[in-house]
Amino acid sequence: MIQDLRILVVEPDPKRVRDIVDALQDAGWLDVKALAQISALDRTVKAFSPDIVLIDLANPDRDTLEHISFATETSKRAVALFVDQTDESLTQAALNAGVSAYVIDGLKKERIKSVLETAIARFNYMRQMQSELDAAKQALADRKTIDRAKGILMRQRGVSEDDAYNLLRKTAMGQGRKVIDVANALVTAADLLP
Amino acid sequence: MSRIVLNCGYVPLVDCAPLVIAKELGFAEEKGLALNLVRQPSWSALRDMLALGHLDAAQMLAPMPVALSMGLGGLPAAVDTLMVLSVNGTVFGVSNTVAKDLSGVAFGDAQALVSALATRAGRPLRIGVPFHYSMHRLLLSYWSATHPAWQIEEITVPPPRMADAVESGLVDAFWVGEPWGSVAVQQGVGQLMMAGRDVWQFAPEKVLAARHDWIEQNQDAARRLMQAVYQAAAWLDAPKNKPLAVEILARSEHLSVSHDLIDPALTGHLVTRPDSKPKAVERFLQFHKHAASFPWRSQAAWIAHHLGADATGIEKAKACFRSDLYRQNLSEIGVDMPGASEKHEGAMRFETAVASTRGHMILAPDAFFDGRTFDFS
Repeated sequence: MIQDLRILVVEPDPKRVRDIVDALQDAGWLDVKALAQISALDRTVKAFSPDIVLIDLANPDRDTLEHISFATETSKRAVALFVDQTDESLTQAALNAGVSAYVIDGLKKERIKSVLETAIARFNYMRQMQSELDAAKQALADRKTIDRAKGILMRQRGVSEDDAYNLLRKTAMGQGRKVIDVANALVTAADLLP
Repeated sequence: MSRIVLNCGYVPLVDCAPLVIAKELGFAEEKGLALNLVRQPSWSALRDMLALGHLDAAQMLAPMPVALSMGLGGLPAAVDTLMVLSVNGTVFGVSNTVAKDLSGVAFGDAQALVSALATRAGRPLRIGVPFHYSMHRLLLSYWSATHPAWQIEEITVPPPRMADAVESGLVDAFWVGEPWGSVAVQQGVGQLMMAGRDVWQFAPEKVLAARHDWIEQNQDAARRLMQAVYQAAAWLDAPKNKPLAVEILARSEHLSVSHDLIDPALTGHLVTRPDSKPKAVERFLQFHKHAASFPWRSQAAWIAHHLGADATGIEKAKACFRSDLYRQNLSEIGVDMPGASEKHEGAMRFETAVASTRGHMILAPDAFFDGRTFDFS
């Protein structure tokens, strides 16, 4: 169960807001804030820092919300969009794209809990995949840099690959830095020369 | 002959006119298309629906396909620009309070306006724009950056709410597409200071876009759509058709604003403040003349450059403005084509004859207010 989530509901209709907030609280999510007015959106997103924002697809404030998400570098925050039409393929496509969750019929009170759980679980899964992918890419890039740095040392000092690596490691330890940082400095310095 | 059904997304603004005319006057039908125009509540929603395959094609802000090609904002999707739907057509205006400090600045003087605003005392000006990846925002950034010390705050406001945002003080100024600038004037909450063309005289504003893979798989439908929209745009630009165009747009269910709010943009006569007579703004909004619908690759490059793209990003952006398809699909209905697909953006200060497939064509001025030029070739 995903508890302690901060949820922001952007919805101008007071009755729908009540339904959604009730359903969320019944489902165990207590940290919920509702917002009707676009003018407060910027401040609220910054101050409340929600984990997930719920907004109707038909709500024109979506563009504002998206801009605030870029500006506050919180694009990794889930935005769930409610669509009042029955079209599971759209939800699936959106979920697979991993950016926004389109939640079909989500504004029906009895369904909110289950659709939201699905959306959040899926969002977390995508976020984790993304961070694993980022880490893998970084590791690959680091390895390339270290290989280049080793090559530079091997040429300049006429040492073996192992010795070049040991030299990098010793320098890093001596300076309290990471091997990759030393390698980066070496490669950058080499790139500066014509 | 069975007709091809096409779902095309749009946002209700005056410059969706080529799509509405293509449908209402039967240009689409003549090409064997059943064109469904699907109104979208926001640009983000339109983008997602197109990317997710719920729309076949859509009217987009010119920077949107470029931003997507750079992986900026929203879904990872390859979306191409088939043609430009409109050139220019936006306005910059300020609240009545700000207008009091600008009494000496003539309408359309972008240089004087930026100087006056940049040296104005007080907190940073809050300026409403419809979407981050819009020509409104790019022109605003370009124009305001000529005074680097000037602090502004960009606030995204859905266009139909722009006038209310000015009235409530949420924004001090706005850059918006018609009819929403005229609405602000009509409601007495602000005045117009210049048109988008006063910063860049020939800025691609909206484009007709579709997913790259959809175009590959539906070449015939794409061709028919481009031809129908081209003909609608040509019809729209003829002065004698303007009154009828205003009628059709006002009556169709697509726009739902009254006729006196559509007229200023289509005829280029803007009421800039509540008590003033309409002011003629040359080339306020263009659909067709001067190769307006041609998707210049250099326009894509300009956009990409101002979105922070590097050389690779600029090449990618150029590739998504499909001047190749434009040539291929519109040559067969006799459309005159420019000799090149890129130009030196900003270099034309006057109407200029250039080589074209049928002899020569006249291009409109495309200068920037500060005289800079951009060569991305």
